Amino acid sequence: MAIKYSQKVIKHFTDPQNVGEIAEADAIATQGSPACGDMITFTLKINPETRVIEDVKFRSFGCASNIATASMTTLLAKGKTIDEVNQLKHRDLTQALDGLPAVKMHCSVLAIDALKSAVHNWELEHGLVEEKPMTLDRESVEKVLTDCLNPRNGISLIEARLIKKIEVIPEDGRVFIEVILCELDELYAEAIEEEISEKIQTLPGVRNVLVQFVRCIHSVG
Amino acid sequence: MADRNVRPPRVKLMIYFDNNDTTPLHPDVLEVMLPYFKDKFGNPSSLHNLGLEAESAIDDARQIIAGAIGAKPAELIFTAGATESNNLAVFGAARANPKRRHLIISAVEHASVLNVAKRLEGEGYRVTRLPVDGQGYVSPDSLREAIDDDTFLISVVHANHEIGVIQDIRTLAEIAHEKGAWFHTDVAQALGKIPFDVDVLGVDLVSFNGHKLHGPKGVGGLYAGRKTRPRRLMEGAPQEFDLRPGTENVPAIVGFGKAVEIAVRDREEITPGVRSLTERLAEGLSGIEHTLLNGPHPDERLPGNLNVTFLYIEGEAILMHLSNRGICVSSGSACSSKSLTPSTVLTAIGLIHEEAHGAIRYSLSRFNTAGEVDEVIKATCQVVELLRSMTAFVPELHSERMGGRSFYRKR
Repeated sequence: MAIKYSQKVIKHFTDPQNVGEIAEADAIATQGSPACGDMITFTLKINPETRVIEDVKFRSFGCASNIATASMTTLLAKGKTIDEVNQLKHRDLTQALDGLPAVKMHCSVLAIDALKSAVHNWELEHGLVEEKPMTLDRESVEKVLTDCLNPRNGISLIEARLIKKIEVIPEDGRVFIEVILCELDELYAEAIEEEISEKIQTLPGVRNVLVQFVRCIHSVG
Repeated sequence: MADRNVRPPRVKLMIYFDNNDTTPLHPDVLEVMLPYFKDKFGNPSSLHNLGLEAESAIDDARQIIAGAIGAKPAELIFTAGATESNNLAVFGAARANPKRRHLIISAVEHASVLNVAKRLEGEGYRVTRLPVDGQGYVSPDSLREAIDDDTFLISVVHANHEIGVIQDIRTLAEIAHEKGAWFHTDVAQALGKIPFDVDVLGVDLVSFNGHKLHGPKGVGGLYAGRKTRPRRLMEGAPQEFDLRPGTENVPAIVGFGKAVEIAVRDREEITPGVRSLTERLAEGLSGIEHTLLNGPHPDERLPGNLNVTFLYIEGEAILMHLSNRGICVSSGSACSSKSLTPSTVLTAIGLIHEEAHGAIRYSLSRFNTAGEVDEVIKATCQVVELLRSMTAFVPELHSERMGGRSFYRKR
C-alpha cells in the first residue's frame, strides 16, 4: 500500500520552512526518539514582554510527514502568544496540512507536543508555571495514553475506549496495560505495543511495562 | 547487452531501481500475451479447438518453466503468484502430513511464509524460527538442533528479497531429509538470475512468480515433487493436477513462460553486467560517510540487490526525495511499512531500529545502465546531505550502539 499524502504535505516535505536552529534560543525541546524513527527538536525565540513567539526553527529525524508536520508547526506557532500555542491541538495541525493518512496521524501529535514542551520549558524558566513533578500513578498513565493513537484510524486508544485495564504499582515501577485489539488492528499490534511502552517509560520510576492484548473479532472504535 | 533496443518505454523516462519489488514487462513478453487477450480467449478445460489451443499454450509454458528448474511438467502447478505458492506449500504440506506438528522456517522469510507460520501456530502447531547471522545466513547447525521426528517441513527462502543473501539450500535440504521432513524454498527473487535446479538442490517444494523477472503480475508457480504433494487449499474443478482449482490465467501463464525463457536464455550474458553495475553502485555509495552495507558483500549476493543504511536519517524521506528526482527505490524503515514496524529481515540480521530506519534497497535489472548508476549515486549523495543537514539526530547523544564498522563487513 502506498501512503498517499496531500499536496500540502508533499510541499512542506519537499520545501520545508524554518529549518535549523536559533543560535541563542529562549526555549528548546526535543520529542520522540531515534528508535521510533520519529524525532523533532524546536528552538524558539519568545518575547518576554508580549509572550509572542517571534521565531521558531526545527530539526527533524523522521519520515516525510514528520518533516512536513514540523514545518507546518513553525508556521502555526510564529506570531502567536504562548497562551495561543497552548490551545493548539494536533487536529489543527492536521487540518492545516489538508489531512494526514491515519497511520501518520501520530506525527502531528509529536510535533504539537514538541512545540508545547518547548513553551512549557520557557514558562518554567520564567516562573509562569510551577514544576509539577510527574508521578507514576493511574492519572499520569492515562494522560500519556491519550497521545497513543490507533494507526488504523488515527483515533486515540483512550478515546476509542480500547484501553481495557490500567494497573500501576508505583512501589515496583510496574505498569500493566490491557488493550482491546480487533482483527483489523492485528497488523499494528507490535507498533501499538511499542508506542505504549515507549510513552509510559517517559514517566518517572517506571521499570517494567507490560502490554497485553485482548483479541476480539468485531471492529471496535 | 542483448536487448538494449527493446528496453521498456517507461524505464527510459525514469530510473527504476526497485526490481526486487517488481519489474517492467519485457516487450517480447507482452507480444506473446496479447493474442490470448484477443482471439485466443479459450478456456483450457473446453474440449473444442479454442480450448485445445489454450491448453496447448499453457502446456508449452509449463514445459519451458519446468525445464528451467530441472523439473518435469507434471511437477509444476500454476498459481496466482509466489504468495499463493507459499501458502499452498506450507499449509498444504501441513495438511498432507497430519501426524507431524512441527514447522521450521528462517527468521528472514517473506511475509507469506511468516504469517502462514503464525496461523499454524494458532492452530496448535509448534514453529521454530531459525535465527540468521549478521549477514543473513541460516546456519545448518541451528537446523540440525531444531529438527526432530515431528517436523513436517522446513521452509527457507533461497535468495532474500531485501538483502540478497543466498542460502546453502542443498545442505539444509539434506538435513531435512535425514529426518523425513519436506523442504520448501521460495525462489521468487532468484529465478532466472542464478542457476537453480530442483534435483541439484534436492528440494521438494519451490515457489516462484512471473513479475520478478520481467513477466506479468498475477501468475506464479509451485514445484511439487511427485512424492511431496501438498493438499489443495481450495475446492473446485480439478485443474492443475487437482491441486489448484479455477480457470487458468492463460495470458499471464503464456507471458510467464516467455519471461522465464528469455531470462534463462540471456542469463549468462546479462548477469556479469548486472553484477558490475551493482558493484559500481556499492563503490559509489560507500563513499558517503556513516553508511553501512546490509547483508553480504555484493559478489556473494543476488545480482542486482543492494541494501544500504544511511545513519542519522530516515528511509521514507530518502525514498521520497529520490522519487522527486525520478528515481525509484524502496526502504526498510518503519515509517514506510504498512505496519509501522521496521523490516523483520533487517532486525533479524542484528540492526537496531535506528539503523533499520535509514535503510534503502536498490535493486537493478538488465535494463539499467552505468549512466543511471552514476546518477543514482549523485542523487543519493545530495539527498543524504540535505536530510543530514536538517536532522534532529545527535550522534553523540543518540547513537551509542551505532556505527563503528566499515561499509563492507567481512564474513
